[in-house]
Amino acid sequence: MSVSAPARKSPIGAQPPRLLSSPSRWISVCLALIVVIVFFVVASEDWLTIVNYTLIAAIAALGLNVLSGYTGQVSLGIAFFMAIGAYTAALLGGTPPSSPGDPLGFGLSFLIWLPAAGIVAALVGALVGPTALRLKGFYLGIVTLSLVFIGEYIFLNARGITGGPQGRTFPVPAIGDFSFDQQNTIFGVTLTPGQQFFLLILPILALSALFVYNVMRSRAGRAFRAVRDNEIGAAIMGVNLFEAKMGAFILSSFLAGIAGALYASYTRYVIPDNWNLVLSIQFVAAIIVGGIASIWGSILGAFFVFALPQVIDHFSLVPPSSGSGGLTSGDLNALIYGFLIIVFLLFEPGGLIGLARRSQALLRKFNRHGGEGGEPAEITDLPSASDAQRDVGDSAVTRGEGA
Amino acid sequence: MAYFIQLVFAGVALGCIYALIGLGFSIIFKASEVINFAQGELLLVGAYIVSAGVFALHLTFFWALLLGIAGTVIIALLFERFVMWRMIGRPVFSILMMTIGLGIVLQTFVIWIWGSNPIPAATPFGVTSGFNIGGVHFGTNDIWTIIVTAVVCAALFYFFRFTKYGLAMRATALDQEAALAVGINIRTVYALAWGIAAAIATIGGVFLAIDSFAIDPTFSSTALLAFPAIILGGLDSVSGAVVGGIIIGLAQVLTAGYESRFANVLGAGIHEITPYIIMILVLLIRPYGLFGSRKVERI
Repeated sequence: MSVSAPARKSPIGAQPPRLLSSPSRWISVCLALIVVIVFFVVASEDWLTIVNYTLIAAIAALGLNVLSGYTGQVSLGIAFFMAIGAYTAALLGGTPPSSPGDPLGFGLSFLIWLPAAGIVAALVGALVGPTALRLKGFYLGIVTLSLVFIGEYIFLNARGITGGPQGRTFPVPAIGDFSFDQQNTIFGVTLTPGQQFFLLILPILALSALFVYNVMRSRAGRAFRAVRDNEIGAAIMGVNLFEAKMGAFILSSFLAGIAGALYASYTRYVIPDNWNLVLSIQFVAAIIVGGIASIWGSILGAFFVFALPQVIDHFSLVPPSSGSGGLTSGDLNALIYGFLIIVFLLFEPGGLIGLARRSQALLRKFNRHGGEGGEPAEITDLPSASDAQRDVGDSAVTRGEGA
Repeated sequence: MAYFIQLVFAGVALGCIYALIGLGFSIIFKASEVINFAQGELLLVGAYIVSAGVFALHLTFFWALLLGIAGTVIIALLFERFVMWRMIGRPVFSILMMTIGLGIVLQTFVIWIWGSNPIPAATPFGVTSGFNIGGVHFGTNDIWTIIVTAVVCAALFYFFRFTKYGLAMRATALDQEAALAVGINIRTVYALAWGIAAAIATIGGVFLAIDSFAIDPTFSSTALLAFPAIILGGLDSVSGAVVGGIIIGLAQVLTAGYESRFANVLGAGIHEITPYIIMILVLLIRPYGLFGSRKVERI
C-alpha cells in the first residue's frame, strides 16, 4: 500500500473526446442505447419511478463528485444545496396561495424555475464558499455538516416558502399545457408520467455529465485535480486555489440545486426534515461506492445507494418490519452501504469503476496475444481516467500492477 | 434568578456530557490526526450494552458499565487495528468517510439487535432524584455527570502528564516521525487513543441516556453537537474540549430556556443550532479554536 505518493498521470484532455473511437465502443454505445430504449418501453411504472429517482440522485452525486472527488474538498452539505434548489423551484413555480397561510408561489414556468433552482443554489454556494473554503479537511467536513443543521432550522421556520414542519407541495414540470405528470399522447404514442419524466430527466443527466466531463478536460478541471492532489504544488504551478475551490463549490451547488428541484417536483410533497444529514451521507456513500472522480462512478453509485432499497422493497426481500428487532429495507441498505464504504475505501478506492477498469485491464492482459491487440487507448477514453486515492494509471494497470 | 441558576446548572451538566464526547474526539485527533465521526455510535453501542447488561443480563450497574466499556473498547481497537491503521497517509476525505462508514454499520447493528424503539436507560440512582436549594433543583444525574467528568479529566491529566504512555502519546501528537525515531511504538499509542476514547464515549453515553431516561438509535446524533465544542476549544486540546463543551452546553440550555420569549423573531428550535452558529463564528475569528495550536492550514 503506497503512502500518498503523488499520482503521475498522462496529460488529461490531450486528445479530443472520442465517444465512438473504435468498433467495440460502437457496440457498447449501441448496446447501452438498446438497453435504455427497451427499458423505456417495457418497464412498469414502478420501475420507471425507481429509475427516475435514481437518475435525479445521479445528478446530485455528479455535483458532489465535482467537489469531493475531483477537487478533494470534503462536503457533507449537499442536502442543504438540494433543499435550496427545491425551495427556489417551489417559490417560483408553485401555485399562488389561495388562502392566507399557504406557502408562497409565483406560478412561473418550468423553463424558468428549473434553471433558477440551479442558479440560486450556486449563488448560495458562492455566498457560503468563502467562509467554508478557508478551512480544509475535517474542519470543512464539520462546517458543511453544520450547514445542513442550520438549513433545517431555517427551512422549518421559513413557513412562507417551505410550509414549515408540515411541508409543502412542489410544482409539476409543465411546458405550456404539456404536464409531465399527466398521460399525454405525442405523435400518436401515449406516454405514461413515468416515461415522460424519464425522457425529461435522462437528457438533463446526460447534459450534466457531458458538462462535467468537458469541464474536467479544461484548464479549470485540471486546476481542480491539481488542488486535490497537492495544494502547494498547484499554487506554485499558478493555480489560484481560491478560484479553483470556489469554482468547484459553485458547480457542485448548481447541480445539487437542479437535482433538488427535480426530486421535489417528482415527489410533489416534501417536508424540511427530508433534507438531513443522512441524505448527504448517502450521496458521499454513492460516490465512494461508484467511483471517486468518475462520471460513470457517480451514476453507478447513485443506482447502488438509491435504487437498491427500492429494489429490495419491490421484491420483498426483507419481511416487513415487525416492531422491534426487525431491520427495514432502509436499515438493511444502510448496513450494506456502510460496509461497502469501508470495504471499497480499504480495497478499491476507485469504487465500482475502479473495479471495472481493473478487470478490463486484466481481461486485456489475458487476451493480449489474440488478434490485433485490441484498443490500447481505451482506458484514457473513459470519462475519467483519474482516481482520487491511487493512481490506477494506464501503464500500471496494463502491466497488471494496478494493486 | 432561580430560573437562571437552574439553567446554568443544567447547561454545565449537559456541557460535561459534550466534554466527555469531545474528549474522545480530541484524544484520537491528538494521536493520529483523525476525527472519529463514529464517536457518537460508539457512545450509542456503549449505552445499549450497559442497558442490556442491567435489564437483560441482570447485572449490577457497575458490572454492566464495565461490560459496556469493554465492548466499545474492543470495537474501537479492532477498527483501529484492521481498518484505520491501513488508512494512514490516505486523503482526509477517505479517512473521514471510513469513520462515517463505521458509524453507519454500528448504528444499524444496534437497530438489528435491539430494535429501533427506545429502551430504558440503566441507572444506579433514581432518574428523577435530587434535592432543592432555594427553588433550584439539583438532579442526582447532573451532579454525577459533573463529578465524573471532573474525575475523568483529572485521570487524563495524570495519564498524559505523569505516565510513560501518556508521554508517548504527547510525543506522537507533537511529531510522529521524531516519536518513531526515539523508539515509541506508534501502534500502541494509536490503540491507546482509540481505547480511551471508546471508554469515555461509553461513560458519556450512559449519562446522556440517564439524562433523557431512555435510549434509541438516533441518540448518536447528539455526539455531533460535540463538534462545535471541540472546535471551540481547539481540536487538539484536551482542556479545550472540556471548556468548549461547557460553553456549548451552557449556550444551548440558556437559548432553550429563553428562546420562547423571542419566538416571534427567532422561530422554533434555535437552541438546536446555537452550537453550530457559535462554532462558525469561532472559525471565522480563530480557526484553531480557543486553546488549539495554530497549525490549521489555511489558504
